[in-house]
Amino acid sequence: MFDIIIIGAGAIGSFLARTLSQYESNVLVLEKENDVGNVTSMANSAIVHSGYDPVPGTKKARFNVEGNRMFPEICEELDVSFRQIGSLTVAIEEKQLSVLKELAERGKKNGVPTKMLTAEEVLAMEPNITKDVKGALLCPTAGIVNPFTLTAHAMENAIDNGVKLHLGEAVKAIKKINGGFQVDTDVATYEAKVVINAAGLYSEEIAKMVEPISWKINPRKGEYYVLDHFRPGFVNHVLFPLPSEKGKGILVTSTTSDNYLVGPSSEFVDEKDDFSTDPLTLKDVRAQASLMVPNIPFPEQIRVFSGLRATPSTHDFIIEPAKKNPNFINVAGIESPGLVSSPAIAKYVVEELVSAVFPLKKKANWNPSVRKYIKPSEMKDEEREAFVKAHPEYGEMVCNCEQVSVGEIKDVLSRSLPCLTIKAVKKRTRAGFGKCQGGFCQPKVLMLLAEHYGISPLEILYDKEGSNILLKESK
Amino acid sequence: MVIEKDLVIIGGGSAGLAAANAAYDSGVKSILIVEKGPFLGGILNQCIHNGFGLHEFKEELTGTEFFTRLTVESEKRGIEYRLNSFVTKIGEDKSVYYTNKEEGYVRVKAKAIIMSAGCYERNAGAIGIPGDRPAGVITAGQAQLYMNEYGYLVGKKVFILGSGDIGLIMARRMSLEGAKVLGVAEIMPYSNGLNRNIVQCLEDYGIPLYLHHTVSHVWGKSHLEKIEISEVNDALQPIKGTEQVFECDTLLLSIGLIPYNNLLNQLGLPTSRSRGAWVNEHMETKMDGVFSCGNVLHVHDLADNVVAEAKVAGKAAALYLQNKLPRHEELILVEPGDGVGYTVPCEIDLENAEEKIPVKFRVRKPTKECYITYTFNGEVIKKIYKQTIIPSEMEIDPIPKDLFKGEKSGKLVVSLTPKEVK
Amino acid sequence: MTERDLICIMCPNGCHLHVDKGLNVTGNKCPRGVAYAKAEVTHPTRVVTSTVRINSKELRVCPVKTKDPIPKEKIFDIMAAIDQVHLKTPVHIGDVIIHDVCGTGIDVVATREILS
Repeated sequence: MFDIIIIGAGAIGSFLARTLSQYESNVLVLEKENDVGNVTSMANSAIVHSGYDPVPGTKKARFNVEGNRMFPEICEELDVSFRQIGSLTVAIEEKQLSVLKELAERGKKNGVPTKMLTAEEVLAMEPNITKDVKGALLCPTAGIVNPFTLTAHAMENAIDNGVKLHLGEAVKAIKKINGGFQVDTDVATYEAKVVINAAGLYSEEIAKMVEPISWKINPRKGEYYVLDHFRPGFVNHVLFPLPSEKGKGILVTSTTSDNYLVGPSSEFVDEKDDFSTDPLTLKDVRAQASLMVPNIPFPEQIRVFSGLRATPSTHDFIIEPAKKNPNFINVAGIESPGLVSSPAIAKYVVEELVSAVFPLKKKANWNPSVRKYIKPSEMKDEEREAFVKAHPEYGEMVCNCEQVSVGEIKDVLSRSLPCLTIKAVKKRTRAGFGKCQGGFCQPKVLMLLAEHYGISPLEILYDKEGSNILLKESK
Repeated sequence: MVIEKDLVIIGGGSAGLAAANAAYDSGVKSILIVEKGPFLGGILNQCIHNGFGLHEFKEELTGTEFFTRLTVESEKRGIEYRLNSFVTKIGEDKSVYYTNKEEGYVRVKAKAIIMSAGCYERNAGAIGIPGDRPAGVITAGQAQLYMNEYGYLVGKKVFILGSGDIGLIMARRMSLEGAKVLGVAEIMPYSNGLNRNIVQCLEDYGIPLYLHHTVSHVWGKSHLEKIEISEVNDALQPIKGTEQVFECDTLLLSIGLIPYNNLLNQLGLPTSRSRGAWVNEHMETKMDGVFSCGNVLHVHDLADNVVAEAKVAGKAAALYLQNKLPRHEELILVEPGDGVGYTVPCEIDLENAEEKIPVKFRVRKPTKECYITYTFNGEVIKKIYKQTIIPSEMEIDPIPKDLFKGEKSGKLVVSLTPKEVK
Repeated sequence: MTERDLICIMCPNGCHLHVDKGLNVTGNKCPRGVAYAKAEVTHPTRVVTSTVRINSKELRVCPVKTKDPIPKEKIFDIMAAIDQVHLKTPVHIGDVIIHDVCGTGIDVVATREILS
């Protein structure tokens, strides 16, 4: 019997696993996808929000602000790209200035430092913003993060500290048994004293396996444009319009890889696996973003994508034990600001909710850090020369656009966290994220995967089961 | 490691090889070709079809035979090269930094550089195909690599978006290897491929070509399951009610090639409308001693034309190294006018120019019975009648130097003008 | 001989050619169109290019072609013959892979140097 089973290996599941790995406990993570962070945690704005926006007193406000404070240290430990570039919430009409003041007031209540800027100050910081700008609210603690490695490295660190991860196992039923639960997946049956439901979009379905619930999770789609890293400094902060009931609005930001991200839209959809994009929605995203930043070079577009937010019917995060089962904990409805909140949520769940039902004792030898990831393309010339001399595989390039070497790919393939697909390699290393979108590197990555796992290239998947790239030998 | 070379050539495809051979023959002996792939020859390694060499070698060769002719020539000259070697940056001092497994990270102090790194394919991300994101939506060139070098088919039931030549050639290749090709959709009202390829790659295999159509939706949660095509209006937007659905496992994209000019952008060098470097008649960029040729400069439809252009760049690099290519203040700007997409060169240094200056360009759309008109400082200096002119075939006109009558500055506009109605 | 409509492939004009039962060609702008249309209607030929398996470390397949154009109707017979071949390195450009393929009198030859 496991002490704790976590269902779901998104940002929440991964940080829960990492936090629990600090304690003497026998933890299993079950994930239906073949990689961690493969759904909502993968397709979002990747913003480390400051926390001025959530309504004071809500869980969103609390965990956002707490999470934001944890990010610098966590990203250092987990070797994740993070830049505290600050955000600007931009007023483009005179009447919006009063709303900015209310937001500043809200920030104050949430404990978030903000500063009102005049139009001149904004234009000095952001020359590409509309000349119609009337002012902006600066939140210096906002930042951007690499969301792919954030989740992956948190889970890698958890595994290094003893957590077990089973990928490709969907939970089908949960039964109450003496001293805990029996969890049936499509592959096997497990038992645990405590179960944590971090199943994202499907947390409603998982929760209902244990007892009736009063809340729902509705998928809300956001569509985005990704632009190439054509020029650093096109925008220097995360730029938000004024928030509305639909969310934080369509933002324009750089990413930790110096790309630019424009989006998201916000529409409720029927299906929890509908990741399609729609030209009309994207056209609207483009039009709205252009109100704030008029000359976005859309010909530099290298991709469009959509993500689904797990929007709760309660309008706030659901972080509580099931009503009749204190050892079944729901962590559900983690929509924006979910990514930034995830480490703080994990800390709270473990220290307050798990500890109430399972005795927690800290390990003496917990290691908070992952083994450093080596990126020759970020080294100075002399350093790179010496390093590549000693490690020749870091001299052979795989991805031209993002400059990823064979050594970096073999590194992620050899880590404790499984890296099974072309997309998993892409998320870990950025190979295939550039403007040619894998045109040059995908065949090389495919062959490296086949070689590493000792299987036929025909068996290598792009992403999900059935997503094989090669379907037949030509001879 | 630091080494020194007179000339570093970035990219060992047909452009790089031809440039190297030409530079050598013009007196440059210290040459290094840096090639990112495992073989010399670049993209021609996967071009196993014929149709190459009619201009350059006066016989019809396959792509693989064509590049082998060039490598044989460079081997005869003992030209040095590195394979699996990737150029990470070019310094202001013309140092070329490359990395590979054997040597690690190398700085080459170069006196001259030729950029000939080729192009990349426009892909699904760039055009944002509506619908799901399944595997099986793949660029035609990548499918060609998997098929012709790796020996694998990417699909059994295939639809093709875009009637560029790679797409057409892949339609035939996949049909020959046992796949079913259901059709080709082209968003423009005309084909972007050569007539020969329309006939021999589509008609021979009974593959329909849907002109003025695009893919308006794709479906598939993990692998492609079906696509929808629609007719488009004049604004190239899908027309409701014209949808047709095809069940298929593969959508090949043959929607254009773009110069792969990362190094150019790093150096902050100006580009032209071709999205390649801004060059003069000697293929020299705005940085002294840095030249560009082949598909990294502008996308060619014939490898033979790449070789011809690369020879100019190779000879020019030799002249530069021999201090015989001075820059002059006075320049003639070359601009694309009505109906013309871009020109190569973008400027002419008349004092350095040879007797005939090849001006290359592409028209924006197919046009019948028209003139190519060269207007220099407001005066028409040359006019050529064309029965038919199409975007998929690059035009090359040698402009005699004496037409400029010794005037060394000004503006030359290349435009398409309709035939006068009598 | 039945009537046929063809697109001429000899130049970018792409003339729409019509060939009648008596092998008279119309729609052409130049004599090359007549020659093309007559050949295409009476004995159309094509060069076939494909690949064959090879035991190389670097490449699974070696490219090949028919040394000269073969009758169009033989294309798939020739592909079937090509599919049966398994080469051993080294292979040189011009090496005969199949002699007189499908009785056409034409050889299938290698089009790439693959030494190991």
